Amino acid sequence: MFEYMGDRLSKAIKNIRGMGRITEENINDAIREIRMALLEADVNYQVVKEFVNNVKEKALGMDVGKNLKPDELFIKIVKDELIALLGTDEAPLETNKYPTILMLVGLQGSGKTTTAGKLANYLRKKESKHPLLVACDIYRPAAIDQLKTLGKNLNIPVFEEGKKNPVEIVKDALEYAKNEKNDYIIIDTAGRLHIDEELMQELKDIENTVHPYEIILVIDAMMGQDAINVIEGFNKALNLTGCILTKLDGNTKGGVALSVRHLTNVPIKFVGDSEKLDGLSKFYPERMAERILDMGDIMGIAEKVEDIISEQDAKDQVKKMQSGKYDLEDFLTNLKQIKKLGPLENIIKMLPQARKMGLNNVQVDPKQMAHVEAIIQSMTPYERRHPEVLKATRKQRIAKGSGRSVEEVNRLLNQLKKKKKMMKMMQSGNMKLPF
Amino acid sequence: MGLFDKIKNLVNKKEKVEEKETLDVYEKGLEKTRDEFVSKLNLLGIKYTKVSEEYFEELENILIMADIGVNTVFKFMDRIRDRVKKENIIDTKYLQEVIVDELFIIYVNNESLSDKIKMASDGPTVILMVGVNGVGKTTTIAKLAYKYINEGKKVMMIGADTFRAGAVTQLEEWANKTGSLFFGKENTDPSGVIFDGLEIAKKERVDIVFIDTAGRLQNKVNLMKELEKMNRVIGKIIPNAPHETLLVIDATTGQNGIIQAESFKEITNITGIVLTKLDGTAKGGIVLAIKESVGIPVKFIGLGEKMTDLKVFDIESYIYGLFKGMIDDE
Repeated sequence: MFEYMGDRLSKAIKNIRGMGRITEENINDAIREIRMALLEADVNYQVVKEFVNNVKEKALGMDVGKNLKPDELFIKIVKDELIALLGTDEAPLETNKYPTILMLVGLQGSGKTTTAGKLANYLRKKESKHPLLVACDIYRPAAIDQLKTLGKNLNIPVFEEGKKNPVEIVKDALEYAKNEKNDYIIIDTAGRLHIDEELMQELKDIENTVHPYEIILVIDAMMGQDAINVIEGFNKALNLTGCILTKLDGNTKGGVALSVRHLTNVPIKFVGDSEKLDGLSKFYPERMAERILDMGDIMGIAEKVEDIISEQDAKDQVKKMQSGKYDLEDFLTNLKQIKKLGPLENIIKMLPQARKMGLNNVQVDPKQMAHVEAIIQSMTPYERRHPEVLKATRKQRIAKGSGRSVEEVNRLLNQLKKKKKMMKMMQSGNMKLPF
Repeated sequence: MGLFDKIKNLVNKKEKVEEKETLDVYEKGLEKTRDEFVSKLNLLGIKYTKVSEEYFEELENILIMADIGVNTVFKFMDRIRDRVKKENIIDTKYLQEVIVDELFIIYVNNESLSDKIKMASDGPTVILMVGVNGVGKTTTIAKLAYKYINEGKKVMMIGADTFRAGAVTQLEEWANKTGSLFFGKENTDPSGVIFDGLEIAKKERVDIVFIDTAGRLQNKVNLMKELEKMNRVIGKIIPNAPHETLLVIDATTGQNGIIQAESFKEITNITGIVLTKLDGTAKGGIVLAIKESVGIPVKFIGLGEKMTDLKVFDIESYIYGLFKGMIDDE
């Protein structure tokens, strides 16, 4: 996400690596680069000004000790300031009230409906809740349909009463939730401009009627300098308890993350980081800061993997690998697990030093993975377990069945052979792990 | 001052009702935008009667807050400083005129820009709409359809955003409301939908077809292949189509707007931009940066939620809308 910001900062910091001590003169370039980088990331102009002044002041006031090089010291200052800007403490979601009422608000197109689905999914999975989604976007055509489709895909109930007054819908939804024993109520509201008094009043009416424990502003991470007007507008009208940053995938720099907390004191609770329905992650200021500084987000990757592969599964797989019995069936399982992690590009970008290794712009063709899958699926279960039986005629059949070429089938089989060989070597201690 | 005369002439000359209406809508839609921008620029003129370093710094602040784009602003500031030096400008009132002039130059850049939509000489005109999620593609199609239906055209919408839940239904509702023909299917291959839809369009002798697509920039390889296939299918059924590929950009978008424009331009031949949601407090200045760095002109702007809130983009009216207060104060 913060690719560009990271690039500029790394470059700026590299420039002061060789300096003996920190003086105003030798950090000037770095400071200017930081300012430019933050502005290019859409960080609010005022915030940039303050940030730059703070970093400068702290850097000049610090003695370069015997153990710390100037660039390391500088990085530490920048990182600490970044974390301070992003908010030092986590802001967990209220989950203890029965029922907990949560309302999502925001501009048109910020991603409220999708976020409502993701939140419901998250609460059920991570907090063992029985959420109810309430459709209150009575204005946008098919908005209710969209929420209903999401609910159907997730198998989470959706309460809707067509285009009735939203305050009435919410009241009825609470009754319904009581009967159905739903303990978490997520209200999806229509997108609106913060300057639309009539529609803002509608939100105030819902707030005053049901007093939600959480009123969350959903905000597009791609927003420019206007973000601050929007956040302030919503915060003035409603008692916002938090913020969810959406669309933090792709090439979004998301400088708005740096502005939100600092200018409004509204904490960021989650970030939406993929288009899949489990693409919602808790917001960790420290991790975000490290990512900005190209220090990678190993914790983030580990968590994503844990979500998909249980510990037992992982242990079983290691055993299998070590016993040399790893076959195409296992390969297929692994492939499916990798697919569940979401676009591979996003995972690769989270690796430390990804930029330096030139991996930040890697593009993975999901078709290629689909081809391999097709080839394996065109084999009989016996063939998958015993790939050694695959000779010319069988290979031809598989190629035909999967719509791929015999060469591709061979390539896959060679890959498996190599993989097994490597596993054996690791097992016998002939090869050290590459890390 | 070339532009200033132009703008003043524009105000004086354009008495024709239609033109006047356009200006009014611009003004109304950009009211919030203009209020903030102009009052800031005016305050600056009052605060500093003479050009100084502080003046430059605050000017830079104003331009960046308008999302004009950091690189564009920095280059712009260099040019302004240059002119101040060369022409020995001291008076900030005069400098304000230079500022407007230079902003105009960024956008126009000695090109003759056409805001016209290219129409097919024979058979349906196909307009492909692209853009990231949530920018207002579907609503923009509805507004465009409304406009052309009012001009007596037979319009059809094809819902090829088969990915997002409810997208096809949303478009279908708009088709019903505007009186357009409609074809769309969820959860299927978008190119297949386009194929079937265009066959119907040909049979029904439709004048203009709008195609709605999914805005998934996350996986560029997929999107690229999808759009390539769409273009192939479109061109096969209707030669030389799509006649226009319009990129929809949200006015609240910051620097990412440039990336969006660059990425989509890499993938497909973008012929113009529709800038939406200009009725909020966002300034949409990113279009200046996009024009400068990627060279795609704006063709339409969205100024509200009503069907009539879509206007042909006109840079002079746009700047006039932004600076009207300033000119009147002279």
